Amino acid sequence: MSCARMEGKILGYVDGRLKESERLEVEKHLGSCAACRLRANEFRAVSGLLDELPVIEPSAAFDLRVHARVAAEPVKQSWWAWFAPSPRVAFAASMLLLATVWLGLRPPDSSLSATDIDKINQDMPVLENYDVISDFAPLTELPPPLQADESTQQNQQM
Amino acid sequence: MARSDVQLMLDVKAGDEQSFALLLHRYRSPLVNFLYRMVRNREQAEDLAQEVFLRVYRAREDYVPSAKFTTWLFRIATNLALNSVRDNRYQRMEISLDAPVTADAEDGGEKTMDVAEKHPNIEQHLIEKARSKMIRHAIEKLPEKQRAAVLLHKYQELDYGEISKILQCSESALKSLLFRAYETLRVELAPLVAQQLKQ
Ligand SMILES: [Zn+2]
Repeated sequence: MSCARMEGKILGYVDGRLKESERLEVEKHLGSCAACRLRANEFRAVSGLLDELPVIEPSAAFDLRVHARVAAEPVKQSWWAWFAPSPRVAFAASMLLLATVWLGLRPPDSSLSATDIDKINQDMPVLENYDVISDFAPLTELPPPLQADESTQQNQQM
Repeated sequence: MARSDVQLMLDVKAGDEQSFALLLHRYRSPLVNFLYRMVRNREQAEDLAQEVFLRVYRAREDYVPSAKFTTWLFRIATNLALNSVRDNRYQRMEISLDAPVTADAEDGGEKTMDVAEKHPNIEQHLIEKARSKMIRHAIEKLPEKQRAAVLLHKYQELDYGEISKILQCSESALKSLLFRAYETLRVELAPLVAQQLKQ
């Protein structure tokens, strides 16, 4: 073998990565070539020096950051998922409906003249309705928005 | 028996988050160390390693075990590292031509175990510190592709076939990269090499 061909083999020889036949070939060359013998020894020394490099430990926050970034990934949804009922959308829709009803029933807000007050007295039944709406029990018994949040978290974990 | 990397990845694909945590645990340290040696900055190395794991996670749905998991993992890491090294060089040129590489690279930023305790002899400690610094600098000075080849070959125990896939070059090109890198290292580290040979 020539010194030039040794270039591709010498590190493999030092690391013990050569096939048996290649190793024998290399050893035969090394037996008769002082330059390659020196190089092989020096490569072995370099390899030993590289073993001395200290290993660093990832910081304590490393895993947490990876998990946080993974959790922040958008959940992949197929197109038909848009039609599936979502608790958050249903909740928002019902809130919107309730708000519309409430605004519709609210008396117009303006400064009151004497005739206005007369009119209000005449319209008493409507105001009574307003009181009923503002104290409407189902409004205070609405499920807290927590439920919707829980379901989105589950989606993210999937 | 421990599940193989490929099996873990297939379990991640099937929606098992726990398997992802296991892969993270298995490769966090090798990846952070590899990237640290590549980009020479600890914080940046951790950011890049996070990015690698994120990309693995994003690719889970399309994962097909056609190659070894480590080949795929380090290919992502190497591409990110090479891009980052090139970006850093560009930025450094823009900031200042004679700025030091990074403060981090200068003192290593390594959490060495209490060295003073290990070496009661302060003189010996300083000698070893200088020695360690010299080795680190010699690796850091290698062109980035040679550096990646040395790191993958030396520390990740990957075979030539895998490394050449990671670096997207032929096996003979890889052998040539490694040969040139070791030639440079034996010159850069000549005093230490001579010391080593005397022993
Ligand atoms: Zn020779």
